Amino acid sequence: MSIFVDDDTRVVVQGITGGEGKFHAGQMIEYGTNVVAGAVPGKGGQEVDGVPVYDTVDEAVEEENADASVIFVPPAFAGDAIFESLDTDLDLAVAITEGIPTQDMAKVNKRLSETDTRLIGPNCPGIITPGEAKLGILPGNIFSDGNVGLVSRSGTLTYQVVDNLTERGLGQSTAIGIGGDPIIGTSFIDALEAFEADPDTDAVVMCGEIGGEDEEQAARFIGEHMDTPVAGFIAGRTAPPGKRMGHAGAIVSGSGTGTAQSKIDALNDAGVPVGDTPEEVADHVEDFL
Amino acid sequence: MKLHEHQAKTIFADAGIPVPDSRLATTVDEALDAVDEIGYPAAIKAQVHVGGRGKAGGIKIATDREEAEQYAEEILGMDLKGYTVDSVLVEAGVDFVDELYVGVTMDRGAGEPVLMVSTEGGVNIEEVAEENPDAIAREHVDPAFGLHPYQARKVVYEAGVDADVALDVASILTTLYDLYEENDASEIEVNPVMITGDRDVIAADAVMNIDEDALFRHPDLEDLAEESYEDDLERKAGEYGFDYVRLSGNVGIIGNGAGLVMTTLDLVDYYGGAPANFLDIGGGAKAERVTQALDMVFSDENVDAVVFNIFGGITRGDEVAKGINEALEQFDEIPKKVVVRLAGTNAEEGMEILNTDLVEVEKTLEDAVQRAVKNAEEVTQ
Repeated sequence: MSIFVDDDTRVVVQGITGGEGKFHAGQMIEYGTNVVAGAVPGKGGQEVDGVPVYDTVDEAVEEENADASVIFVPPAFAGDAIFESLDTDLDLAVAITEGIPTQDMAKVNKRLSETDTRLIGPNCPGIITPGEAKLGILPGNIFSDGNVGLVSRSGTLTYQVVDNLTERGLGQSTAIGIGGDPIIGTSFIDALEAFEADPDTDAVVMCGEIGGEDEEQAARFIGEHMDTPVAGFIAGRTAPPGKRMGHAGAIVSGSGTGTAQSKIDALNDAGVPVGDTPEEVADHVEDFL
Repeated sequence: MKLHEHQAKTIFADAGIPVPDSRLATTVDEALDAVDEIGYPAAIKAQVHVGGRGKAGGIKIATDREEAEQYAEEILGMDLKGYTVDSVLVEAGVDFVDELYVGVTMDRGAGEPVLMVSTEGGVNIEEVAEENPDAIAREHVDPAFGLHPYQARKVVYEAGVDADVALDVASILTTLYDLYEENDASEIEVNPVMITGDRDVIAADAVMNIDEDALFRHPDLEDLAEESYEDDLERKAGEYGFDYVRLSGNVGIIGNGAGLVMTTLDLVDYYGGAPANFLDIGGGAKAERVTQALDMVFSDENVDAVVFNIFGGITRGDEVAKGINEALEQFDEIPKKVVVRLAGTNAEEGMEILNTDLVEVEKTLEDAVQRAVKNAEEVTQ
């Protein structure tokens, strides 16, 4: 079992003819993902790695029964591409693109509240259910299937923690990068709720970072609603206030909200052990299982 | 990206928001010419991206020419919380009876812009928010519809702004929202808005930050950004296109991906060292990027040792290894010890390629960081 994606997921890749889109569509197919179509305006009728390309997402749904999209569209056009996914009523849209203007995302977020589509990202590595499907850019070879769920705001930090887990034989049910932007679709709480409901997820790792209050809210959710044990990690303990640490959302405000300490405290209060190093996170998971 | 006060005020004035008469000066003579034109009292205001400029001595009010000269001399070239003051805004003093706070920012939790108004202007608004949150009236704006003018009026009345100036303040707030939207601002703030004895409403300060991700559609603002770098290394990082933040420690850090680079900084601190910087070389980095990244950390005179940590997803370990070799082979003597840890895609190939005469190699993140911390300690001893 898994959450959000499995081997039945039928994927349309928006931006499949671009450099990144083409490369990662190939990687997804190689991993075994059911990539059924591409969507690129003006490129309808072409094929990429044997995958038919349509001009619109709508056609990809009509012709190939796509139910999920992965978006590799440059930032200037990515907001529009997400709208196209939402307006086509896909079950899931995964936006990989980094650097979408925040005000574009505010408009997307508004529409999101009016549809049933789940958005993951943007500015994320995507989602993987090991052995079944990956939608995004995660390196498939470091994952192994198992019963640990993982949700993270960062890509490479996810890889680091997964590597530590896999090395100890702790496989993953599903791993989701929810993205490092200030405004994102799927939140920590959405992912945690789904892991809690998944009978085959027996422990969860949550990797947060400075900025915003999502981790604090997630901590409250864990304390009140979760029986599945959760181990945490928070990046950015040494970040100075007012500086954007790579991710657009990773910023400690001048008033001191969004600090690593506030997030660590909130998690500890909810009974979640927080590792000082990625290795310690794996220690905690091992203790749970 | 932060605009300077004078840049933001030019944008405000062009949009019809009343601002005090002012001139920008980079020398004492220019400052004196400016006060001669503007008259007294005149505020001399340091143009640096530092909060609390007034308390730190970066804003002075001159009542005659002698004082103007003295203050301009003091402020120009002064070090304000680590930043050197290159220019001052010379501005007509406003004889005010009341001060307000107004702002527009993104409420990231709600995913919507929010208007904020408070009658407790002229003080640190973050302290007001902490100690007396009810003193700030808020109104969320639906980003799809934009601001309805009634919302600006509503929040101004709710804040308890005097009735005779409320509509003028609401009008300023409406214009600020338009500017926020038109310029892809992440934050606009006027603290204080001054109310004069004649009941005029004037924007006496101006904070305007722009969403860096939206600069591609605002080439005019990108030019302003050029002028606003305040640190040579940050300027260089801007030219190279790196996500870079300078810190005060001596362990230089290069890595890929924001979360993992932040984690590397945290581990340096955890193992008793002090990080010198955050530097994310991004995904898919090849030899040239690696060379530029090493140039960045070697250019920082505070750096005594370097840790290079890559977990390859899109980034390939062999490419990075080649880049490190090429970059370091250019030196007769390696300026600072470099510890490298490669993991993920093609990491093993990368480890084999790395020239161990030039770098030290570690297998785990924890080991690499500890070794770099030790290297830095050896230099400082």
